[in-house]
Amino acid sequence: MSFLIGEGMTGGYGGADILHDCTIAAEKGEIAVIVGPNGAGKSTAMKAVFGMLDIHTGRVMLDGEDITNLSPQARVAKGMAFVPQTSNVFPTMSVEENLEMGAFLRRDDIQITMDEVYDLFPILRDKRRQNAGELSGGQRQQVAVGRALMTQPKVLMLDEPTAGVSPIVMDELFDNIIMVARTGIAILMVEQNARQALNIANKGYVLVQGANRFTDTGEALMNDPEVRKSFLGG
Amino acid sequence: MEDLINAFLLLSNFVFVPAIAYGSQLALGALGVTLVYGVLRFSNFAHGDTMAFGTMVVILFTWWFQSMGINLGPLPTALLALPFGIAITALFLLGSDKIIYRFYREQKAAPVIYLIASVGIMFVLNGVVRFIIGPDDRRFADGERFIIKARAMKQFLGTAEGVSIKVSQGLTVVTAVIVVAALFWFLNKTRTGKSMRAFSDNEDLALLSGINPDKVVTVTWVLVAILATVAGTLYGLDKSFKPFTYFQLLLPIFASAIVGGLGNPLGAIAGGFVIAFSEIMITYPYKKFVAYVTPGDWQPEGLVQLLATDYKFAVSFIILLLVLLFRPTGIFAGKSV
Repeated sequence: MSFLIGEGMTGGYGGADILHDCTIAAEKGEIAVIVGPNGAGKSTAMKAVFGMLDIHTGRVMLDGEDITNLSPQARVAKGMAFVPQTSNVFPTMSVEENLEMGAFLRRDDIQITMDEVYDLFPILRDKRRQNAGELSGGQRQQVAVGRALMTQPKVLMLDEPTAGVSPIVMDELFDNIIMVARTGIAILMVEQNARQALNIANKGYVLVQGANRFTDTGEALMNDPEVRKSFLGG
Repeated sequence: MEDLINAFLLLSNFVFVPAIAYGSQLALGALGVTLVYGVLRFSNFAHGDTMAFGTMVVILFTWWFQSMGINLGPLPTALLALPFGIAITALFLLGSDKIIYRFYREQKAAPVIYLIASVGIMFVLNGVVRFIIGPDDRRFADGERFIIKARAMKQFLGTAEGVSIKVSQGLTVVTAVIVVAALFWFLNKTRTGKSMRAFSDNEDLALLSGINPDKVVTVTWVLVAILATVAGTLYGLDKSFKPFTYFQLLLPIFASAIVGGLGNPLGAIAGGFVIAFSEIMITYPYKKFVAYVTPGDWQPEGLVQLLATDYKFAVSFIILLLVLLFRPTGIFAGKSV
């Protein structure tokens, strides 16, 4: 059984179902990537795993525990961290305060975790007194990921972390994400840049219209002629 | 030279000193409005009447203390009554939140619905205050009246003009500085204060970080009670207490908050002084001042007043309009209105 799994999820935002019997899983220390065309329900699938929309069929399990009925906040307390695609920082607060807010639920010393985040994203250490809203897109994404890591999560969920950043910054972010995964955290992310994302993925999920179309290792998906033709542009 | 000194003293006495005191009062009021806007995301039209309510409680306690012969010597007894006024106002605000605003929060209502609800609370408060203390002018200042008397200063300097500073004015500035410093320390240094700023910045992310929204709302109302009661009491000590005047204060207070940038505490303070100085400088009759600065004994025939004091609200209104037209986010770039 996978460490985190959303199994046979069917549901939506209240109206028609968006997800149809969709299954997404992530393992400790591994990167799982959800790709697919626009409107395939990639972000929706991830939000379903995080409890941000109702699924009437299916269940979500974390470390063998059924968390289907927990609120997103309760899932954070269980060790899940979520980085939204947009407005994922506190813009008028300094980088350091952003990280502090990430660790709001913790009562122990957060300095060690903060140093780890600064080691992972050295630029943030230099900018720690600056407001997050004044940073560049890539740096802001680093703050967002850093904030999520402050809870010392077991699962890190990223909704299009590279949206709107330059290719160089994108490579840097992917490197950072690999490093995070190496610390033993399970990573689940939705990516628009399917090719690059599958390159670093242990597991890939190709969604079409809210349902699983292909599921395999990142490498296998990259080599699958049908996936290449339909989703990776040849 | 002596004429110039006299001109300066004249302006200090009738413009600068009163404007600094009035500006401090507006700044405290605007801070309350801006906090509600930043954290709870609506324009609280009941703020003027919240100030009236808080001041009324302070007055009632002041009278009670006075009847028991308790006083603070040279300082007004109202200072002693202030904590009681704050406590009861906080209870009232938390009660109104529990009965009214919470309902709309659960519905995730649009800001305009909160605004209309706050207008309703404003009318209720309006009635409650008039019912308890009446619509008339109430004076409750006691103790010394002046820190510096104009006459003493004239004799000391040997000038024709002097500056008088009332106890209420000195007290206003000192109290405002203490309250503002404490507020900024709280918002910037404490865990709870930071969580309030986080909640104001990005509510969804604050919830994801485990910040408890109920606690943030409660703390905000308590801060609003402190700011409103202190601002109202200082204004009442400086001028006098009349429920209708407090209702009217809503315009300059909102103008201050918007001019500075809604949701931005620093802006609220700057806005308070901008409005206070504009209001007083535009309605001050400069006749004597002009006589001093022009050579010879010539005096202008008119009052050289740009606008009669009856129109002082027009000043805040025009500034408000100009800001909304040309810089909707205010001087310090708060949230766009």
